[in-house]
Amino acid sequence: MNRFGYTRPETVATALEQVREIPGAQFLGGGTNLVDLIKENIARPNVLVDVGRLPLDQVVRLPGGGLRIGARVSNAAVAYHPEVGRDYPLLAKAILAGASPQLRNMATTGGNLLQRTRCYYFYDPAVPCNKRVPGTGCPAKEGFNRIHAILGTSEHCIAVHPSDMCVALAALKATVHVEGPDGPRSIPFAEFHRLPGDTPEQDSSLRPAELITAVELPAEDFSAHHAYLKVRDRDSYAFALVSVAAALKLTAGRITQARLALGGVAHKPWRDETAEALLLGQLPTDAVFKFVAAHVLLTAQGFQNNHFKIELARRAIVRALRGALTSEAQP
Amino acid sequence: MNSPSFPAIAIDLQLTINGVVHQLTVEPWTTLLDLLRDRLALTGTKKGCDQGQCGACTVLVDGHRMNSCLILAVSKDGAEITTIEGVGGESLHPLQRAFVECDALQCGYCTPGQICSALGLMKEGHARTDDEIRELMSGNLCRCGAYPNILTAIKQAMATVEKPA
Repeated sequence: MNRFGYTRPETVATALEQVREIPGAQFLGGGTNLVDLIKENIARPNVLVDVGRLPLDQVVRLPGGGLRIGARVSNAAVAYHPEVGRDYPLLAKAILAGASPQLRNMATTGGNLLQRTRCYYFYDPAVPCNKRVPGTGCPAKEGFNRIHAILGTSEHCIAVHPSDMCVALAALKATVHVEGPDGPRSIPFAEFHRLPGDTPEQDSSLRPAELITAVELPAEDFSAHHAYLKVRDRDSYAFALVSVAAALKLTAGRITQARLALGGVAHKPWRDETAEALLLGQLPTDAVFKFVAAHVLLTAQGFQNNHFKIELARRAIVRALRGALTSEAQP
Repeated sequence: MNSPSFPAIAIDLQLTINGVVHQLTVEPWTTLLDLLRDRLALTGTKKGCDQGQCGACTVLVDGHRMNSCLILAVSKDGAEITTIEGVGGESLHPLQRAFVECDALQCGYCTPGQICSALGLMKEGHARTDDEIRELMSGNLCRCGAYPNILTAIKQAMATVEKPA
């Protein structure tokens, strides 16, 4: 591994100051992705500022009924938290669909948002990659792109965001709280991750030297009708080819609220608000679900090896919405 | 730690490994796995993929199962680590005995990780059915394909070991 310095500040203020002042400094969370990227010579920090002792390890019920999850609460602790299980089971199911028990014990809430793509070309320093070295090109477009994006791609990058947790957070309209040189600010989840455009090296709207301090869930109860469906080559411990987070509220048999977000299909968790609006007022029938699924994939574009994802995503959306009616984990 | 350049220098830390306190000076880029194997000669913990994908390096950190290959040792200052060397005592732990009795290994390379992982699984208490045990052991790969007997061994141990409070 490359050499680097290491600090372990006790306060957020010190952590922010160190990352701002030390050239090449980078925050270290659970390390499940960053340590791997350092070994692969993809990430080359000069100093790691370990957030592991910062007081960001609480899950707090908010006065308005929402839930605030500290940035360094582990993925396992969130998934098995009683209040998450009761009020946000969609989030618990999405987290448990990802990674392995060991990794979930290590990985943090903030770190999950910041994990990098698992595009093979991004991970191979011997080949060009616009995300790793801007301006060098994207071999994935003409390469082995079975796992790559079908929505929101650009000519510069067709990588996907790998998180399951973030798909649920998108559907649940979470808010990301950050602190940085300009003070604290809150970022709506839909604006946190970004599409590649001309700058695929930027995964998120987080600014330099900003630290995620918490993720906040609004006080909305989708526990009665939700589903997280993950389709993958292996039934466990594999990244999604396509995943769908669906959440509904029904009144007198009709859909009165709807959330729909997809994973494995884009550079960010792909929440489709137009599709959600189409569901409102409708009866929860297969015909409606198929119509909405087709709408979500209207702008989809496949590459040599991943055209199958378009039809897969359509069917997964229908299955997830159908499953949400009974809140089946994997319909 | 107050140097403005924060040079890449070795750092003092304390780890309690299998009940023994170690005062160590470790370079920041040393993984817990390499520390255990190369510095402390605790070679029971195996290096498989070194990428967090195979689970051979699984140890318990403050009671939680983790991939030691992705942990920087310096980040665990003050932690209690249990490796396969610390699982049994004078005699085998019931889980180790179950692995022997159920023939839950062939080459044995993944076994220390399997056992540490299964200890974590038993402590977590989320696995009851066969499918739940399979799912929650999915972070440990076995190239010999001993999975059916690993499942049997874990079930046998779960039936004999009293669940920790």
